[in-house]
Amino acid sequence: MGSLNSRFENDNRRLLRARDLMDRRYWDDLDVTRLGQAAEMSRAHFIRSFKEAFGETPHRYLQRRRVERAMYLLRATNRQVTDICMEVGFSSLGSFSRTFAEIVGESPSTFRGRGLMPPVPSCFIKTWMRPSTFGEAERIDNA
Amino acid sequence: MYNAINRSQIFVLDQNEALDFYTTTLGLELADDLDLGFMRWLTVRVPGDPGREILLELVGPPAMDEATAEVAKELLTKGAMGGWLSISTDDARAAYDTLSERGVEINDELAEKPYGIDFGIRDPFGNAIRIGQLFDREES
Repeated sequence: MGSLNSRFENDNRRLLRARDLMDRRYWDDLDVTRLGQAAEMSRAHFIRSFKEAFGETPHRYLQRRRVERAMYLLRATNRQVTDICMEVGFSSLGSFSRTFAEIVGESPSTFRGRGLMPPVPSCFIKTWMRPSTFGEAERIDNA
Repeated sequence: MYNAINRSQIFVLDQNEALDFYTTTLGLELADDLDLGFMRWLTVRVPGDPGREILLELVGPPAMDEATAEVAKELLTKGAMGGWLSISTDDARAAYDTLSERGVEINDELAEKPYGIDFGIRDPFGNAIRIGQLFDREES
């Protein structure tokens, strides 16, 4: 890409490509090696560079993307929590519920009780509903 | 008081590359390409929609100092600049197929949403573009 003159611009753009892959195929089995390939970096270099660029590990970003998608589905559909858990890429209800509570601060069913989502462009839902990683939710037992 | 939004702006890192992407690849058309001396005024628009243009503005001096430009470039290439376009179409699936064949980076797959059928792409610099076939608001 001719316009990306400095190393950091080129690295950022390739890291963004890997992050976009997580956004696009969040349900898929995206391991760090595959993500590193998308960014044209070695596994170790990718993990380090991703965290430097975006402030969190690729694993955490993917978890947040999946949880954000689950948050949307919980409030926009009547589907079973287990179905949603599997659809967004978690392999068990236990890990989904634990991760959801850790990131959001409440259980999936409590979150569902907030009601229906309004119809706004999904990219904004994706961005703004994504629970912040830069301040994890308080533990439920402290909330 | 107002009657339209007639121009909007996004930052790019190379105007020749931007012009090629936004016209040849994306399918917009050139509106203005003017050498103003202090800047290249480069705008594109949707064919058939002359009332709304997008300025493809180069990041850098004299609009901003070098240090600020470095920050802007970093944000842009990380997808955090905030530049964002939403383009409507009568056939989102056809647009998706065409742009996929042209090798455009898809960052959000084609899907039906409450407001329409849409998908997301990135330009070569990191700007996000949304292309959608929107339902009438009364239907959504």
